Amino acid sequence: MKMGEFNMNKHGATSDASTVESEIKNHLLVQHWRKDFPILHTSLYGKPLVYFDNAATTQKPSIVIEAENHYYRHINANVHRGIHTLSQQATEAFEATRSKLRQFINARYEHEIIFVRGTTEAINLVAQSYGRSRFKAGDEIIISAMEHHSNIVPWQILCQQTGAVLRIVPVSDAGELDINAYQDLLNPKTKLVAITHVSNTLGSINPVKTIIKHAHALHVPVLLDGAQAIAHIPVDVQDLDCDFYAFSSHKLYGPTGIGVLYGKAELLDEMPPYQGGGDMISSVSFEGTTYNKLPYKFEAGTPNIAGTVGLGAAVDYLTAIGLDAIVKHEQSLLSYATELIANIPELCIIGNARHKTGIISWVMAGVHPHDIGTFLDRQAIAVRTGHHCTMPLMERFGVPATVRASFALYNTKNEVDKLVSAIYQARELFK
Amino acid sequence: MNDLRDLYQDMIFDHYRQPRNYGCLEHANHKAEGYNPLCGDKVTLTLILKDGVIHDLKFEGTGCAISTASASLMTESLKGKTAEEALSILEEFKSLVTGATVDKDMGKLAVLAGVQAFPQRVKCATLAWHTLQAALKSSAELVTTE
Repeated sequence: MKMGEFNMNKHGATSDASTVESEIKNHLLVQHWRKDFPILHTSLYGKPLVYFDNAATTQKPSIVIEAENHYYRHINANVHRGIHTLSQQATEAFEATRSKLRQFINARYEHEIIFVRGTTEAINLVAQSYGRSRFKAGDEIIISAMEHHSNIVPWQILCQQTGAVLRIVPVSDAGELDINAYQDLLNPKTKLVAITHVSNTLGSINPVKTIIKHAHALHVPVLLDGAQAIAHIPVDVQDLDCDFYAFSSHKLYGPTGIGVLYGKAELLDEMPPYQGGGDMISSVSFEGTTYNKLPYKFEAGTPNIAGTVGLGAAVDYLTAIGLDAIVKHEQSLLSYATELIANIPELCIIGNARHKTGIISWVMAGVHPHDIGTFLDRQAIAVRTGHHCTMPLMERFGVPATVRASFALYNTKNEVDKLVSAIYQARELFK
Repeated sequence: MNDLRDLYQDMIFDHYRQPRNYGCLEHANHKAEGYNPLCGDKVTLTLILKDGVIHDLKFEGTGCAISTASASLMTESLKGKTAEEALSILEEFKSLVTGATVDKDMGKLAVLAGVQAFPQRVKCATLAWHTLQAALKSSAELVTTE
């Protein structure tokens, strides 16, 4: 390990001994974590991969890849209905993940954990099951200007179906929700608040406990889009007291095609089914069908069993490392990267909230994000360019697109250095 | 890096920094807007089509180096051409940027051949051209790359 590989402060002076020691420990820890992720040892265009697109999807540790593999090699069978041994083993592995997730987000009951395809399906489920059965013309749904399309379009569809209307909480220039405006929007017609916990474009961590408190004072339930939060800040649904919480496995170092809707049991009990089919029924006849209890009422059809097993392994992996250690590391990367990137001339960071996760979006005068993205790509640096499925937010900030770098537990300061150096080079080439 | 230089040749930079025929034609009789939702490239084409000939055309918009240079080179190469000729060049251009064989001599447009190695950027290169197609038909809808 060379001296340059950990951070001495920019002016060449060394930090004091305890900071240096802590830096070394952190460096060794992250190198240790990196060994768990096979794809991080890939090269592109003759250079080692620098993966900074974690807000789009995260990479997977071997233990997750092997869990899915093991499932198909040794215990694959359909779940819940079989009498044979493989079916029992598959069911146990599947349900074990439900239990792990209950613990991970501190839900009261396992039956409050509903398996869906991802955050998008979770939100659609609430819109169509909770919303469709209750909302009427003139009812109001509050969302914000920083929402991902997955937390906008399902509500727009619901509004078209029921005549309810959307009200939008504005976002400040710093990328924070205007909580005063939010309080003004809350009124007796409000029937639901649906807000992102962490913005996928800005990285802003929203004051969701406050938001929930104000909503509950008017008996308004709150859904939180937790897609970006779940892997990067601790989530305790009882502490938050949210009514619904949605997130995806693939942003939590788990497989694609599986996600979770958490809902308070009292609410889920009152909601009609979302999809009909096998597993969500108790009995079927042409005279009438009765539905299964929670959580199965909302889990029609054969689930993504292998994906669920993989997700369980991801939760085990994170629990073993401890989210606190991950948060500490990512926050340190965020500070380091923000300082360096903010100093690049003619570059403007979009999203400077006081509390952020490791996401940095920026634009550069005279250089289009797409050109920067292609340039970085050829240096094996993966970032995302575009509107990040937040077109209203792009409009609010008056930009067509941004470049976005997003961090995960396996990213390093050395990788940040490479990114910064490449941005300077791109600037030279394109200006 | 040679790879990137194949895409970002000097002429591309020239047309990006100083796009030709940039602006809005006051007496245009055909117009269309194009949009690439993946990256936010937007282009508005205005043209004067008389007796089947493109007398003049201009473009406006915000976009990356590839989409801007492509629009600029397109307007240069199509001024004075018939609508039929323009559509034929359009088909050849699509082949050029996707790596299919091209029969015509593409003149300056050949500089965009480098796009073949960057499939994610093909839509940037073709945005202005698809917009042109719509402008010639003068369809009122917004053209998108999706």
